[in-house]
Amino acid sequence: MSEPPVISTRGLTRYFGKRCAVQDLTLDVPRGCVFAFLGRNGSGKSTTIRMLLGLLRPDRGTASVLGCDSRQLTPELRARIGYLTEEHQLYGWMTVRQAGEFQAAFYPRWDEKFFRGVIGHFGLKPEARVKELSRGMRAGLCLALTLAPDPELLILDDPALGLDPVARRSLVESMIYLTRRADRTIFFSSHDLADVERVADHLAVLDYSILRACCPLETFRNSVQEVKLGFAGPPPPLPPIPGLLQAFRTEREVRIACVHYNAATERALQALTPLTLERVPLGLEASLIRYMGERGEKTLILSNTEVSS
Amino acid sequence: MALNININTGSSVPIYKQITEQIRLGVATGRLAVGDQLPSVRALAESLAINPNTVARAYNDLAHEGLLETQPGRGVFISAKRQVLSREESRRRLEPLINTLISEGMALNFSAEELQAAFAKQLRQWQNEKGNHHE
Repeated sequence: MSEPPVISTRGLTRYFGKRCAVQDLTLDVPRGCVFAFLGRNGSGKSTTIRMLLGLLRPDRGTASVLGCDSRQLTPELRARIGYLTEEHQLYGWMTVRQAGEFQAAFYPRWDEKFFRGVIGHFGLKPEARVKELSRGMRAGLCLALTLAPDPELLILDDPALGLDPVARRSLVESMIYLTRRADRTIFFSSHDLADVERVADHLAVLDYSILRACCPLETFRNSVQEVKLGFAGPPPPLPPIPGLLQAFRTEREVRIACVHYNAATERALQALTPLTLERVPLGLEASLIRYMGERGEKTLILSNTEVSS
Repeated sequence: MALNININTGSSVPIYKQITEQIRLGVATGRLAVGDQLPSVRALAESLAINPNTVARAYNDLAHEGLLETQPGRGVFISAKRQVLSREESRRRLEPLINTLISEGMALNFSAEELQAAFAKQLRQWQNEKGNHHE
């Protein structure tokens, strides 16, 4: 339980000129989890990842990875981290096999069988030239190059970007394969909530450079609720409702999304004497969209919470 | 296993619940019998392309209900079915299901009598099928 987090940031902040890209980010990623890092484009995800890897200096705050300050990562520690960027760096003249051999030279724990497994999974032939590969195949090769060193921590920056559905599924399967070792941690940013729902057990949401949620995925889903109130005529004005995210009114109905729905919320709503009051189950995407409304809710930042399993 | 588990992402039902519901239904309809083996957590997770923790969560919930048990070194099996919910709790869960049936049925312009008849007919058919599975 008290095992130190694999990734830990405290008050991490970075400006680009006057624009704040990441503001006061405090985040822990427990060992052994699959952690989805969500947020709109430009919300600061890539900037955070680059600071985690020591590729970018924070203006304030600290980041540590595998127990070491990100600014002082040694080559030995870096070899235990797999990092897949948005832009893949490959030599076009190499064959797939040569790209593997080139990469293997840098990693003592290189797992050739795993490398071949992943490239086979993406339908790649060892003799194919890198420059002739499709986007999905290039992504598969990059993933294989990142996974074969058997990283303790895998950091993926939007790995699903531009992948077709088949390649995306291969990506998900490869990520799940990595979790065969219980101590392996995956930290990935994504916009694909279907994939997030499949593989992630924790999530964090960054919005306009600010952390808005950080908790187990199941906690998030359980905490965002929607109810539908039916009335005989136009719905009455709403009283203050704790945790209100959104209210949507129609002629005889009002739909209310709120966080931490409880007995007090229910009493406040019953006081409006609706004809009907029913829960509307939400999917992950709907929950996220409700939560990310303009009210700036930040109540789902939970720390040190374990996955209930 | 005579049960094919399917999951849908983007559903309002979380994945672990989709799994528990399908296994529960499998047991209730007789497609899964006591002693039937289920895939291991790892195998089911990999075949469905989902996080193993999700499968473990579903199996744990079912184990708590007494519906399945893990025999170390052998695997996961359907065990004796036990009623764990109180009668009152069961009734409380049943009510919204019936309400949905009534309101959706009425919306499709069926009368109360027609709904009753349709329900009774479907129930008889279901009982017959379940009987066949047990043979």
